[in-house]
Amino acid sequence: MNLNPFGFSLTKSLLLIMTLLTPTMTARAEPAVKVEEYKLDNGMQVVVIPNTRAPVVTHMVFYRVGAADETPGVSGIAHFLEHLMFKATEKIPSGEFSKIVSRLGGQDNAFTGHDATAYFQRIAKEHLNTVMEMEADRMVNLQLSENDVVTERNVILEERRSRIENSPSAILSEQMDATLYYSHPYGIPIIGWEHEMEKLSRTDALTFYKHFYAPNNAILVVAGDVTGEHVHKLAKDIYGKLPANPKIASARTRPQDPPHRSARRVDIADPRAGKASIHRDYVAPSALTAKPGEAEALTLLATILADGPTSRLYKKMVVTDKSASSADGGYWSTAIDSGKIALYAIAADGVDLKTVEAGLDATIEEVRKSGVTQEELDRAKAGEIAQYVYDSDSQSTLARRYGYELAVGRSIADIQAWPKKIEAITVDDVKKVAEKYLDIRRSVTGTLVPAPAPAAADSKQAPSAGRG
Amino acid sequence: MKFASKLPLARMRPSHKIQQARALSRFVCAMVCLAASLFLFQPRNAEAMEVKQIKTKNGIEAWLVEDHSVPLVSLKFAFEGGSSQDPDGKEGLANFLTTMLDEGAGDLNSNAFQEKIEDLAVRLSFSETKDGFYGNFRTLTKNLDPAADLLHLAIAKPRFDNDAIERMRKQLLASLAFAARNPERVAAKTWYEVAFKGHLYARPSNGTEKTIQAISAEDLETYRNRVFARNTLKVAVVGDIDEASLIKLLDRIFGDLPEKAGLRDVPQVQPVKGGKRTVVEMNVPQSVAVFGLGAMARKDPDFMSAFVLNHIIGGGGFASRLMEEVREKRGLAYSVYSYILPYRHTSVFSGSVATRNDAIDKSLDVIREELAAIAKDGPSADEFKNAKSYLVGSYALRFDTGSKISSQLLGLLEEGFGPEYLTNRNKMISDVTMDDVKRVAKRLLDTDNLIVTIVGKPQKPGDKS
Repeated sequence: MNLNPFGFSLTKSLLLIMTLLTPTMTARAEPAVKVEEYKLDNGMQVVVIPNTRAPVVTHMVFYRVGAADETPGVSGIAHFLEHLMFKATEKIPSGEFSKIVSRLGGQDNAFTGHDATAYFQRIAKEHLNTVMEMEADRMVNLQLSENDVVTERNVILEERRSRIENSPSAILSEQMDATLYYSHPYGIPIIGWEHEMEKLSRTDALTFYKHFYAPNNAILVVAGDVTGEHVHKLAKDIYGKLPANPKIASARTRPQDPPHRSARRVDIADPRAGKASIHRDYVAPSALTAKPGEAEALTLLATILADGPTSRLYKKMVVTDKSASSADGGYWSTAIDSGKIALYAIAADGVDLKTVEAGLDATIEEVRKSGVTQEELDRAKAGEIAQYVYDSDSQSTLARRYGYELAVGRSIADIQAWPKKIEAITVDDVKKVAEKYLDIRRSVTGTLVPAPAPAAADSKQAPSAGRG
Repeated sequence: MKFASKLPLARMRPSHKIQQARALSRFVCAMVCLAASLFLFQPRNAEAMEVKQIKTKNGIEAWLVEDHSVPLVSLKFAFEGGSSQDPDGKEGLANFLTTMLDEGAGDLNSNAFQEKIEDLAVRLSFSETKDGFYGNFRTLTKNLDPAADLLHLAIAKPRFDNDAIERMRKQLLASLAFAARNPERVAAKTWYEVAFKGHLYARPSNGTEKTIQAISAEDLETYRNRVFARNTLKVAVVGDIDEASLIKLLDRIFGDLPEKAGLRDVPQVQPVKGGKRTVVEMNVPQSVAVFGLGAMARKDPDFMSAFVLNHIIGGGGFASRLMEEVREKRGLAYSVYSYILPYRHTSVFSGSVATRNDAIDKSLDVIREELAAIAKDGPSADEFKNAKSYLVGSYALRFDTGSKISSQLLGLLEEGFGPEYLTNRNKMISDVTMDDVKRVAKRLLDTDNLIVTIVGKPQKPGDKS
């Protein structure tokens, strides 16, 4: 058992969402899963994952746009628009979208990442046609009133307070990202900077919407009790009639970081921090940018180094040295421009954070110098491959995984080849990526200590609320 | 958790959705474990959903749904008890035990046990609520036998080695330190302290620093011996296993547990009357409030009507009254919801909202006004119709994975219903009338007695006109 005290904060609830999306933490493809793929004339991609277990479907539309595609100065607009998509169209009055889905016995929601935005409904299969019509309608017919925009802006400001401002570890995380990336928008929070969120306007939302929301920038994923043929026909009839937007560039070009040449540091003192903790993030390639085999090796490296009670970090720092009460970490690979390895440890009582950091560094250096054992590698592979089978239990999990991976530019073949590629990784491959990417110059180190903050910094971290 | 900023943000906090609630606080988890039985399906595919009721020679009762479509077995079980069984001065003992069962058992020390779990890719976890102690076990069919042996060792022969105890104690103390600064956790904990003052339900499930320090290996073993017994055990199994194999498996896993549990008496209780408002000062920009009242017991004839009513008030996401009034119309919160949580010895209608400090009282005023309005006039005809339509239409969504089905079955078993509940459940919802809901609203929504706890720095607006 490895308790994660941060897990009691709201943000941890999202870890589960993330684990549904990333191939590195838990989500991998099950080769036995049958996936069918079509393309509509207007460029919309259609993916069908038949599963007859229950008479229900998961209907998702992913857009190839996220927070990292925002114009500088309007941070948060991708996420704000996602909220506003539940307002009106000509056919559907403001706020009615979710209520209609609910009346049909369905559930709906949406989420925004740096690289993709998705909308989904889970519903009895006989209503697939209806939710498709509704999703297609709001892809092109969104209507926003000034009042809807102002009210919803208050909602996202409250959301920011819940997720970030009320949680010192979330504040640290935001500061670390902003420091880790020199130029790339992954350094800007998905929810946006508060001072920019306060100014987001109806025009900002509609400009973003009109540019990025079009069938040629969308991926339809339907999982559940359906056939590919049936979904393809419905999609042609419903989404097929929407016009493509020729102005959407096929390449998604964002400002790229120069080489990372210096270790960076962020230190936060906050009376609300429960125990002192140390956090370390490294820029690493994503599954998309990695050389062949590197993302797979990084996945196994992160498992061996930091995942759970048999990991190197846990054994060294929690079990042997007893300098930390917990230690954990992971590798995030599902991204367009770069991935990230993130590690953390919580200091044991009476242990100086410098000692904890030394233990963290020593563990990392050891794995860079001597690599991992065959036994560790085999264990990590077994867990990785088994997770494929566990995930095939759930149509929603499969729909999310395929949708997100495709939205960042991976292919179905890539997803399905993953277990075989994991199987092929050697101890040598793992040592190579450890040496190359666990380089302190590629990293930011964050500390969070429960000391009182200086007055000025405190008022900045906990802004007086209610100006929004 | 620091991955947050890399994560997709969801439009709505999925706080009361079964599938995603696992990662939330214990408080929400408790709600979900019990709420499981409220969301039952009616088998549409009778063949696939046949529930086999099993009793082994050792008297172990289980329900099985065979499903060979995925090579997995999901087994969930519950013992009656939970944190209400913690001895006085040892609060947090049941929670401590949930961390210790995979920390070494039989001949395997902690590390050897953990390595075996990973080699076999077993998914094994334990949790507790006020009323129950739970195990959640999933395995690939091909590893079923050795995986079941590990589960048997974990519950029948845990070692409680000193080193492992001290390691878990540190983690639990760190968790307490974080929880003490988490406004949501403090608001929920305080609500129970106020509502159930003097009763076992008022005690903190995760203990206090002092009680966690006081817990020994002997305490863990004594609790295990008292609570882990065949006469309160309920087991739900879904997946790639047949009846004959399961019978053998159950005796192997649970057969050598004591026959009878030795539980302390937990009296029936109602939340305190008088309308309490408690503020816990915390230096955060957004206040978190928990509000609640006593509610109908699970087997009260009005329970189903109350369940429909709660859906209308705050259980139905964007279709609910509170979401409409607090978030959609006024932009006062990202998250606002309510639920009914029927404990074994009480029942609670409760909810939560989070709003910036200078407007939290506005949110609470809106909530109070809406509760009073529904008590007086009932819901609108549309709200009533739509709620029933959702509750009946969405049942199938509760059984589209093996893991979800086993949760549903376990909930029913715990509450003493038979499998026929599955086929009757939607009719029970359909049979609820508007008059029922109005009557129950008057009975339930006694806003004079509303208990509210607020954590943050709530500021009353200067001119509250």
